[in-house]
Amino acid sequence: MTRWRVRGARVLDPASGLDEVVDIDVEDGRIAGMGTDLPGIPEQVLEATGLWVVPGFVDIHTHLREPGQEYKEDIASGARSAAAGGFTTICCMANTDPVNDSPAVTEFIQRRARDTACVNVRVIAAATQGLRGEIMSEMAGLAGAGAVAFSDDGYTIMDSSVMRRVLEYAKGVDRPVIAHCEDLALKGATAVHEGAHATCCGLPGSPAEAETILVARDLELARLTGAHLHVAHVSAARSVELIRDAKDAGVRVTAEVTPHHLALTDAVIRGYDTNTKMAPPLRTARDREALRDGLADGTIDCVATDHAPHAAYEKDVEYTSAPFGVVGLETALPVVLDLVHEKRLSALDAIRRMTCAPASLLRLRAGSLEIGAPADLALVDPEAIWKLDGPELQSRSRNSAFLGREFRGRVLRTWVAGRAVHGSDETLP
Amino acid sequence: MKSDQTAASGSDESAPDTSRPDPDATGRVVLDGAGIQRAVARISHEILERNGDPETIAIVGIESGGVPISEMIGGRVREISGAPVLLGSLDVTLYRDDVIGRGKRPVPHRTRMPFSVRGLRVVLVDDVVFTGRTIRAAMDAVIDFGRPEGIQVAALVDRGHRELPIQVDFVGKNIPTSRAESVVFRPSAGGDYEVVLQ
Amino acid sequence: MKHLLGIEPLDRDEIGQILDAADAMLEISQREIKRVPTLRGRTVINLFLEPSTRTRVSFEIAAKRLSADAINVSSSGSSLSKAETLNDMAQNLAAMNADVLVVRDRTAGVPAMLAERVRIPVVNAGDGAHEHPTQALLDAFTVRQSLGSIEGRVVAIVGDIAHSRVARSAIHIFTKLGAEVRIAGPPTMMPVGIEELGVKPCSSIEEALDGAHVICMLRIQRERLEGALFPSVREYSRTYGLDLRLLRLARPEAIVLHPGPINRGVEIGSDVADAEPSRILDQVTNGVAVRMAVLYLLTGEQA
Repeated sequence: MTRWRVRGARVLDPASGLDEVVDIDVEDGRIAGMGTDLPGIPEQVLEATGLWVVPGFVDIHTHLREPGQEYKEDIASGARSAAAGGFTTICCMANTDPVNDSPAVTEFIQRRARDTACVNVRVIAAATQGLRGEIMSEMAGLAGAGAVAFSDDGYTIMDSSVMRRVLEYAKGVDRPVIAHCEDLALKGATAVHEGAHATCCGLPGSPAEAETILVARDLELARLTGAHLHVAHVSAARSVELIRDAKDAGVRVTAEVTPHHLALTDAVIRGYDTNTKMAPPLRTARDREALRDGLADGTIDCVATDHAPHAAYEKDVEYTSAPFGVVGLETALPVVLDLVHEKRLSALDAIRRMTCAPASLLRLRAGSLEIGAPADLALVDPEAIWKLDGPELQSRSRNSAFLGREFRGRVLRTWVAGRAVHGSDETLP
Repeated sequence: MKSDQTAASGSDESAPDTSRPDPDATGRVVLDGAGIQRAVARISHEILERNGDPETIAIVGIESGGVPISEMIGGRVREISGAPVLLGSLDVTLYRDDVIGRGKRPVPHRTRMPFSVRGLRVVLVDDVVFTGRTIRAAMDAVIDFGRPEGIQVAALVDRGHRELPIQVDFVGKNIPTSRAESVVFRPSAGGDYEVVLQ
Repeated sequence: MKHLLGIEPLDRDEIGQILDAADAMLEISQREIKRVPTLRGRTVINLFLEPSTRTRVSFEIAAKRLSADAINVSSSGSSLSKAETLNDMAQNLAAMNADVLVVRDRTAGVPAMLAERVRIPVVNAGDGAHEHPTQALLDAFTVRQSLGSIEGRVVAIVGDIAHSRVARSAIHIFTKLGAEVRIAGPPTMMPVGIEELGVKPCSSIEEALDGAHVICMLRIQRERLEGALFPSVREYSRTYGLDLRLLRLARPEAIVLHPGPINRGVEIGSDVADAEPSRILDQVTNGVAVRMAVLYLLTGEQA
């Protein structure tokens, strides 16, 4: 294979703290060198002055829908969507059909990913059989087959006793449990956050406490069991406080926030656009501020997209009947970069929250730039202004909460193991 | 008269809101307060001469310019005959051929016809008769209140340019105009009314 | 005004225009021949995806008095999404070449969503707990008719504010027209953030009625809510029902409104429903006039 070089870019590697303008060489799909006076003459050079080279992003919360709902997304299209957003490793949730609660399904997904996906796909398996929150899944077998974490995401394990056993057992197989925290009784049949906007729209809403009650419970169970609890898609200010206090007290807890919760508030529900409907719901400006603060101070460890594709016709119904969820892989970077532009987060920390931070909490070998490691990279123009129209999305579904929105910052090219999987014009690497 | 945007408010009945000149813009006064009073008196006499028994007459002003004139005529007729006379007002917006269907949507006024017109001679009163379309709409409206013995038309000014076979039975003043001009009946500075040509 | 999706998007002038036009329309309903030719040859589709005889009939009469053809499309029960997408429904309606679409749905937002998908004016005839704009317009019209003006009046809205589209639209219209709006009801029926709409939440019906000019009683959905949001009908009517004793707290000239159909002996005592201050039947008459005004104003020339 060939040797090629990206020259003159600002290279950000949060894992090592590197943030400098250096050249980076790739040979045989691996990072062969980083520095200013690299030896050898590359066969190709990509001039990248003014651009950033970063480790490919890592998403620990993706719904790929295969097997079973390929009309929404499949592993190949979800991977293309990831590549377009600069992600080189994604972890898919278990709510497929059949549910990924058996080694056979885990192996099927990994085989399909090897055969069809242009990025690395890792598997998160169900914590309970059938995601029913009753009987725990065969976690040892699943971990052996390759599951990197356990989660009933999309559903909440309401039975505290079951949740306790899941945490204990997962600890035994050395995997984190990713908790979707929504009190199903308090949430009821609601679609949005309970507040003035829901009241004006006449849409049924649930309070932030629907989340915080379960966050508090799961933190107590994590303390009890000593297991690693990862709180998925934190949406409420009070949840951030609870997690901060638990971390201070030494509980093994990590947390993620989605780009849409960082960017939007419940004000956007006013137009009844069903692409503003997700679980947990968008909350108030105060909640959004707390999420940004929590991400900045590290209470929230990472950004995860909760990429949840749905077919257009499924979303083209009454607000209350529409399915929850939005796609998110292709717009995650500019949303996070907004925090850099607003000086809430350093560039290095922003990239950290999308690379080595999520990778390390699931203990994935990804999200950093090491000599000899596979060249999973993204080339970013932090200043590019662009507008999301919809048809350019690589996902099979276009249910983005950001349609029509203008962004600053864009992924120009993505490489997985040195191979361009997004943005290549074939004449260049 | 009121300077709102309704169809019937225009002395110029051609269309609900063709670019009407500024009502305050100076124009040539073709009929002043005294002239209007003389015209009203003459029209009132003519109405009684032609119809005889004042109790078989209904004076019906067309909103909005025709209403004050119909009240003046009603008062005069009562004065002359010594008998009460029926007075009504019609808003014809909902009958106008330029409003029916997808036309412009001026806000209509309330119609006041506190009597059945069955057997009456209805005198429709408007300030200015132009194309005849308002009178046509008013005739349709009157017939919705019963079958009158007859319908007659009184106007302060007839400016010609008829588009429909409508005649004015009692006219205050014939004023030859061009289509580009407009004839406006309005309150005058002295608290009276006047008709100006713009 | 392209659609009438709610009172919230309207300004004072637009509301005034509808009420003024309704005044002219009311006179037409009092004639022997109750019909004007304005909407001759036009088609109004009444799409009622939630059963409601009164509102549908009122719209139907309104359309017919303007000489329009009124076509009723109704379906009871299951949600629209089980049958087809909003786009499919909109395209089907468009293919019928209607001129106005009147929509009633059990779900908030459906009229607004359909309005984005069709080219004709859409009138919201009540959508979930969102808005019921023609009800609020007829309420305001009735107040104007009875009391002469709305500015500065005290309006008390009593009952299930949280689940009531009537309450939301009434709050919008009376605050926009300069009234002081008070609300009262069981705390379980007070929606979060309602005070941001400029109303004064009261802790008791007595406090809300004290010196009120207008009392709007809301219908209680007893089948759906008993047990969940209030313990029993008996306790509700004792605590939040309007009787003649409570009525004396209001101004002597106060009027009582109710969107109907009334639950006698629940939110409103039988004696009050039939008493002099009750305007419940005027509201029905005025409803036709207001809906005529809305249909007339919305069918004007489109850009």
